[in-house]
Amino acid sequence: MRLLSRVLLGTGFALATAAAGLSFAPVAAGAADGIYIPLLAYRTGAFAGSGTPIVNGMADYLNMLNERDGGIGGVKLIVEECETGYDTKKGVECYEQIKSKNPVVINPYSTGITLQIIPKAAVDKIPILSMAYGLSASADGNTFPWIFNPPATYWDGASMFVRYVGTKEGGLDKLKGKVLGLVYLDAPYGKEPIPLLQDLAKKYGFDLKLYPVPAAEMQNQASQWLNIRRDRPTWIYLQGFGSMNPTAVKEAVKNNFPMDHLVGNWWAGGDDDARPAGPEAKGYLSLDFNQAGTDFPVIKDIIKYTVDKGKSQTPKNRVGENLYNRGVLNSMIIAEGIRNAQKITGKKMIDGADMRRGLETLNITAARLKEMGAEGFAAPMRVSCEDHNGHNAAYMAKWDGTKWVKGSDWIEPLKAEVVPLIDAAAKDYSTANAGWPKRTEACDKSS
Amino acid sequence: MFYRETGQFKTNYAADMAVMPILQDRIGIGIILFIAAVLIPWLGSSFLIQAVMIPFLIFSLAAIGLNLLTGYTGLLSLGTGGFMGVGAYACYKLTSNFPDVNILVWVIVSGFFSAAVGVLFGLPSLRIKGFYLAVATLASQFFLSWVFIRQPWFYNYNASGAIEVPTRKLFGITVTGATATDTTRYFVVLTIVVVMTWFASNLVHGRIGRMWMAVRDMDLAAELIGIRLLRTKLLAFAISSFYCGVAGALLVFLWYGGAEPAVFDVNLSFFILFMVIIGGLGSLTGSYFGAALIFILPIVLRYIPPHFGIPVHPATVEHIQFMIIGVLIVLFLIVEPNGLARLWQIGKQKLRVWPFPY
Amino acid sequence: MHLLYQIFIDPFVQMGHAPDLFVQTVWDGLVAGVLYSLIALGFVLIFKASGVFNFAQGIMVVFAALTLVGLHEHGVPAFVALGLTVAVMLALAFAVERLVLRPLVNQPDIILFMATLGLTYFLIGFGELVFGGEPKVMIANQLLLPRGAIDIKMAGGFVSLQKIDIAAAVIASIMVAALAVFFQKTRIGRALRAVADSHRAALSVGISLEQIWVIVWFAAGLVALATGIMWGARSDVSFALEILALKALPVLILGGLTSIPGAIVGGIIIGVGEKLGEFYWGPLLGSGIETWLAYVIALIFLLFRPQGLFGDKLIERI
Repeated sequence: MRLLSRVLLGTGFALATAAAGLSFAPVAAGAADGIYIPLLAYRTGAFAGSGTPIVNGMADYLNMLNERDGGIGGVKLIVEECETGYDTKKGVECYEQIKSKNPVVINPYSTGITLQIIPKAAVDKIPILSMAYGLSASADGNTFPWIFNPPATYWDGASMFVRYVGTKEGGLDKLKGKVLGLVYLDAPYGKEPIPLLQDLAKKYGFDLKLYPVPAAEMQNQASQWLNIRRDRPTWIYLQGFGSMNPTAVKEAVKNNFPMDHLVGNWWAGGDDDARPAGPEAKGYLSLDFNQAGTDFPVIKDIIKYTVDKGKSQTPKNRVGENLYNRGVLNSMIIAEGIRNAQKITGKKMIDGADMRRGLETLNITAARLKEMGAEGFAAPMRVSCEDHNGHNAAYMAKWDGTKWVKGSDWIEPLKAEVVPLIDAAAKDYSTANAGWPKRTEACDKSS
Repeated sequence: MFYRETGQFKTNYAADMAVMPILQDRIGIGIILFIAAVLIPWLGSSFLIQAVMIPFLIFSLAAIGLNLLTGYTGLLSLGTGGFMGVGAYACYKLTSNFPDVNILVWVIVSGFFSAAVGVLFGLPSLRIKGFYLAVATLASQFFLSWVFIRQPWFYNYNASGAIEVPTRKLFGITVTGATATDTTRYFVVLTIVVVMTWFASNLVHGRIGRMWMAVRDMDLAAELIGIRLLRTKLLAFAISSFYCGVAGALLVFLWYGGAEPAVFDVNLSFFILFMVIIGGLGSLTGSYFGAALIFILPIVLRYIPPHFGIPVHPATVEHIQFMIIGVLIVLFLIVEPNGLARLWQIGKQKLRVWPFPY
Repeated sequence: MHLLYQIFIDPFVQMGHAPDLFVQTVWDGLVAGVLYSLIALGFVLIFKASGVFNFAQGIMVVFAALTLVGLHEHGVPAFVALGLTVAVMLALAFAVERLVLRPLVNQPDIILFMATLGLTYFLIGFGELVFGGEPKVMIANQLLLPRGAIDIKMAGGFVSLQKIDIAAAVIASIMVAALAVFFQKTRIGRALRAVADSHRAALSVGISLEQIWVIVWFAAGLVALATGIMWGARSDVSFALEILALKALPVLILGGLTSIPGAIVGGIIIGVGEKLGEFYWGPLLGSGIETWLAYVIALIFLLFRPQGLFGDKLIERI
């Protein structure tokens, strides 16, 4: 027993000195021989069901570029994951660790983490790419020069939902008097669409009912769906994530809610979200801005260069899943940003400030998509200095029982409603955080 | 032979009853304070200060708070996260409504709000004991978590429910917000934590501390000798929550820079509880040891594989971290249920007779 | 005035207005209560027999469910996987007894509680390492558990009774009855109660503490497996289930830490109370009050009976 305590004491001492030594030692600049791209991932925790395919997609595309093209512009990409478990605390720790390694862009993949590091982006000179998540107001490039969230914000998504409901009901004016429900995760991510939906409710006269799901109760949603039974909304928008989604779909099935009136946002469209509810989930809709499936040259390249060569963590049958392709799209945006940055600055080894300019001149046309092997994979997207989002279109994906298929045409967001709200929200943000710096970065013209 | 008291004579009662009677102890504390206040900010990397030292100090303060309640008074509490949250949100509301007042004043005042809430949720402790009380404090934790999410007044009605810390200055130097340097924040945190530790040390070595320990040992007997249980237990809750509240305010204002309600959930309560258990119940130095081990160990574990060039997947590192912490907790409880503080004491004891084994 | 109306009159008006929803709420509450009491049962078993407040019960539920589903994924047929999982839980009981309980004999309760906290963390890491963090689907069909629902038309609307919930209630009642008989009527049950009273006295009478602990942890493991199957069939199997164990705590303190009927009664009170409270009074306070309502209900009961409804009264002597 005494030996054991001494061993413990010694180990503790050794660990402490190791910690001290490691922390004092200068942290090696990891970008010595490549462009460093950190991926904040969650393969653990209650949201791993959504997080794992996304990070697989992101890593695989970037690794494929390394294998197939030798990187971008001849410079290799260094891809490293940092596990956050969707926990804001761990996300901020990851960010602090990553900062010193000269990352060119940060993908927090959690609205909570994004909100925390938005103020730090400008100070640390690292752009944040929060693709279709994060703070909707950060679409305003003048207030948030370092934050980018193409192709659409949550407000765009909610407006697309309302527009779709309008088309199904015979016109937006027919919404008057109807009840629309929002089932959302009781977290910053879930609350994002509320202001826009309340605004639209006032404008078009429909009744908006809110059903929050606490994160600790994600698998126990019986009360919320009982309330839904009481209120009888005609349509429901699901702003959920992780294990909240499959439970919500199951509850909808249990309560005989018509599946084709249940619309999830783009993060509620994972295969693991619809499959557990079984065959009754057929017809469940989800907003989507990328296509699922392996029928694209870029996905085939990924399989050839990474999955088949054993350089990927994705099981072969999970390649081409909706959320996997989402991750691929995210990496495609990063790659384009790097290419633009290299073109504008003429440098091959770019840093965060260069990447910002590269992202700000993002212009992925349909022709460019075809070049990348992704024709039809996503809608063309474009970002400008004032508009860091683009408010691009999405479509409704439909679950046919085994996979996601295209369920509607491309739907444009109600830009006339969304853009003024974003401007107002950005102004509120900068006044609430007194001392928010004015934009000083110059604006490059996109090619 | 270095750690001897020979030659140190005490000439009055005060000197004899001092908290640190041995000169070498005082020199040791002086060295530690010197390292903390001078060497670390001077030589330490930004990562060390921002991601290791500041949170370590903040968690130590919270661990001291919980230790006062659970270690010294014997009232097991699982509501620490909620009380820290009260402090953080109170500070946020105060500073957004009165932006001109010095932020440090608000940090300390928010502790009082937290103390008030602590007293309120501590009232059942008069009737309920043991594990039942622990579960009752869980009620406070869940209730407070709910309040932070569902009562929009606390986050000034903003859409996302997350709060951002406004930039505030202290004597002309920015201390909070994104532009504050980590050295500045480190000094502020260090000062507050040192002062409050000194205060806690005086508390536990004095009359109040003895009352608490009497209640812990056997509250019926304590009542019989004249200690008023109501006041003592509520005072314990109040002071403990005060420390946790200040720690929470520091956490949000001087480390994270922002917060969302999920930060102060039940996992934080368990996190602080682990620190207190591993460090040693009923010991202030133990709180520091526990915070160091529980907080710094995962960071070290994350660094070791890449440092030695072993490619380990970060998710696997995460899993192994959990396993190691679990094993460590069980191991510590088997080997030394009184925690690291007791091991430290045994070490010092051996030092006093070193190099002789008796 | 309006507030008083809202609190005391309006909910009952609503109940009368839509009686089918009222019955549905009560039924959902009963189902939830039965499932909570299943988890609480595991706690009570271990506490009764070894005085240990086994915080790891929640993670044992997840671990059992994951083992079952994981084995099935690797191609093992359903009932064989079930048998193998039972064996795994037995191995776990042996391991826990040997590595955690035996070195900590006679330590104060709080130390044992902390040890189970450590065990929880270890099982979380180990489970994620072996099975992966992704959520999995419970193999309810293969285990011959019913799907679908029975819709009863009544009171102007319909009340939907999920067949899996009925199955859960039946299985839970059978388990409770079996455990109650086990504790009261068998020799091992008597030995368990003896150990719960006093370790030293039990030792002096010749009861092998190690055997008893293995048996009781194995029984708790079986209860965890049943709970995991039922909960997993209703949603899915992931580590988010572990948080549900925290819901069982109010049930425990309401019913008393040492009482099996207490776990059931407490579970039903908490389940029904929570659902009714959330549905009818929740919107007044901003909804989402389910997270703490159970605790407040239990707390109120505790103030009148500090050891829970059926718990052993603590006799303190100087």
